[in-house]
Formats: sequence, C-alpha cells, structure tokens
Amino acid sequence: MSKIFLKNITTSYCLKNVTMEASSGELIAVTGFTGAGKSTLLNVISGLTEYEGEVFIDGRNVDFVPPEKRGVGYLMQNVNLFPHLNVFDNVAFGLRARKSCPSEMVRSKTEQILDLLKIGHLKDRYTKYLSGGEKQRVGLARALVTENRILLLDEPFSSLDPSATIDLTNELKRLQNVLHLTVIYVTHHYEEVEDIADRTVVISEGTLCSLERPLVSFDPLRLISAGCY
Amino acid sequence: MDQRHKFIKLVISIFPIIIFLCLWEVTARAAATPLFPAFSNVLKESYILIKNGVLLKNFLPSFVRVVVGYLLGCSAGIVVGTFMGINRFAEYTLSPLISFLFPIPTLGWLPLLMLWIGINEALPITLIFICAFFPVAYNTHTGIKEVKKEYIDTARTLGASPGFILVHVIFPLAAPNIFTGLRMESGMVWRTVIAAEMFAIPNGIGSLLMNAESLLRVDIIMVCLLLLSIVCTFFERSLLWLENKTTGAWR
Repeated sequence: MSKIFLKNITTSYCLKNVTMEASSGELIAVTGFTGAGKSTLLNVISGLTEYEGEVFIDGRNVDFVPPEKRGVGYLMQNVNLFPHLNVFDNVAFGLRARKSCPSEMVRSKTEQILDLLKIGHLKDRYTKYLSGGEKQRVGLARALVTENRILLLDEPFSSLDPSATIDLTNELKRLQNVLHLTVIYVTHHYEEVEDIADRTVVISEGTLCSLERPLVSFDPLRLISAGCY
Repeated sequence: MDQRHKFIKLVISIFPIIIFLCLWEVTARAAATPLFPAFSNVLKESYILIKNGVLLKNFLPSFVRVVVGYLLGCSAGIVVGTFMGINRFAEYTLSPLISFLFPIPTLGWLPLLMLWIGINEALPITLIFICAFFPVAYNTHTGIKEVKKEYIDTARTLGASPGFILVHVIFPLAAPNIFTGLRMESGMVWRTVIAAEMFAIPNGIGSLLMNAESLLRVDIIMVCLLLLSIVCTFFERSLLWLENKTTGAWR
C-alpha cells in the first residue's frame, strides 16, 4: 500500500489533474521552476489548500480531514519558528498540542530529538538569536518530534550555504533511515537532493512528470527531451 | 560601563525636574501670592492632607472607579476584539459599528449617561468602561489580524486545535498590540474619572479639585495634580513592565 496517493488533483491556480504516489520509506524530490506548483502540491497533501480530486494517506481518504489530524510533518520554506517561544518550546509545540502526551514524555521526546539533530545546546534560545542553519535544524526537529511517518519539506535548506546544505541533507537521509520516513522534498536547486532522492518528480506549469531515477543535474534541456516541458 | 551609563542617564533625567522645582520655589516665594504657592508649601499641605485622611478619602473612590471601569472595559475590549479577529462574520458586523462609535470623545457621552444612568457610582464606571473598551477592542482586533497566516498553518500541521492555536500562538503574537491599547488608556481613564467627578460626582479627586478651586486653595489643587501625575505614571509604568516581562524576551 502506498503511503501517499494523490488522484487527479486540481487546484484553482496551479495544479492540473496531478496523480502521484509515494511508497513507504521513499524520498521523492519534487523539482521545477518557480511558480510551477511545487509548494501547492505539499499544501494539498497537508490539507492547507483547497483542491479537487482525492488524497489518500495510508490508504485512507483524507479529503475532509483537517491539517491538524492528517498526521503529516511539514517544514515550510520560511521555517516559521514561533518567535515568542524558545527552541525547546518550539520543538515541543506539537507534542503539547496533543493533550494526551504527558509533560514528562514531552520533555524526554523533545530532548531526544534536539540531541538527534545536535541542537540540544540551543534549547533555551529565542529564535531571533539563531543562525539560518540553526533555524532549519530546529524546524526539522519540530516537524519530526510528533513522530509522523510522512515529512513534507518545502525548500528546507534554501537559505543555507552549500556546505551546510550538504551537511543537513545527509542528516536528513540518516534520519529518514532511522525513523523510516516517507519524505517529499521540494526544491528548485535539484543538486541539493540528487544524491539522496530515490525518485524525482518534475512539475511544470501545474502538470507532473515522473522520472524513475534521480537526475544527474537539473538541466531544463534534459527535461524538455524527457517530455516534461 | 553599563552601570555608569545607567547612572548618567538617571542624573540627566532627574536634573531638569530638580531645576523645575527650584525655579518653582524661587518664583513662588518672589511672587508671594496665595494663588501661586511654593513647592515646599505644597509638600507641607500634602502632609496635612495625608495626616487628616482627606487625600485618602478622596483618592480611594477615584481609584476604585478607575480599576473597576478599566478592568471591565479592557476585558470586554479583548473579548470583542478577539471575536472580531477570529470570526469573519463578527468582523464584518461589529467593525463598522466600532469604527462609528470609536471617534466620539469619552466625555461627550457624559450628558447622555447622566440622563440615562443618573448621578451615581455607575456613571464614572460606565464612562471609564467606554474610554477603555474601544481602543482595546480596536488594538486587539488589529493585533490578531496581523498574526501571520503561516504561523497558524504551521501550528495546524503540528496538530494544534483552533483553541490551542488561539491561546498559544495568536494571543502571544498579538500581545504587543493589545498592550499598546492597554497602555494608551491607562492614563486616559484617570483624566476621564477626574472630569466626571468635577462635573457630576460629589467625591473623589476631581471633586476635591473643584472644592479647592471654590475655596481658592491652590496648594490643594497642586497636591491633587502631583498625585495624579504620580498615579498615571505608576499605571503606565506597571503596564510597560508587564509588557516587557511577557514579550520583552522575544521581541
């Protein structure tokens, strides 16, 4: 059974009849030019935007399930760390939102994920005192701590320098293996994920073109020859 | 260095006040008229008014009116502003009404309220309620509307319910705007209660001011003015302290 299945998804201003599936434990790179509909695709899966068509998660239709109940971790492009909370409280937010999680468990799980991402020393800092890379790590920790098995990443490392990006993408691959995550990774810098993606999907003007193997590099001429443009 | 900087800032801030008081003392002694008492005489009169209980007897009713009216007005303003901020229907229906009533000066309501409510304790409290309600409602509404949608979307994908988002995301992020409304009115409510007491209420600091005026007791008038200055500053600074305590670390 596929982890995520999108069937004939159409949105008012972007996607046109998109069908796509992601298997459990797969890392799919979604690429394409700016405005092609990459972020909209993630918003459809997470339930943040209206759409026509059907979305299935773990075989269950979630079209009428609100974002807070879809069980999808989502790291948005701007990370959107809450400025009024320190790093610990930002990461613990998702656990506290689920009132069933006792405070002792919130503490231990949060500390565990902070250590996993090597940001334990930042836990008392407010977000305005963090560097770009630290913010991305905190955002990733916050998306992971709720133990959703699906992780959506929207240009997560776009504001980082190349070496920090390599560092974090390798970290991501490690976490994906450890936590058995299904990851959809949106980027228009394909080079970021070419080494770690299991499959690449290209979105062009709202339609989708799937490539079985990762691209060697994001070359528009190759995509044209592959029938994507 | 930091301590030294603070000390210099304190000295520079206090210096003009000392100069002002000295000038006051010298000029008043030179003028030698009961219409312009010296600062030392005002201090002496303050001591007498505190000792015989007149100041406290008039201050307490004003204080209670301000606190009750302000708390009620602010609470109602926060509730209505929040409702307008999170509910589009409430925003569309209440926003024009509030925009229509907000510009009316608070004391403009006084003649109408005197006829409707009569001259009793409810009159100044209602006036203060009106004074606090509109700016707090307006600022709360604005603060909530200014919370970025991305934060709310992020909270939703983290599994937060609408109620949890309101308490843990929207209110804290709107707090700076809400505090602006609270602070703006913390001084204004004192001006309102004094005006109401001058015209319509037989006790309170405003009433004491009017009685002092009719007896040509300028020293008592100045005691009241000094007291009002101290109380208004205290109210405003307390709110500023609370604002810094709750939002200062992350802003």
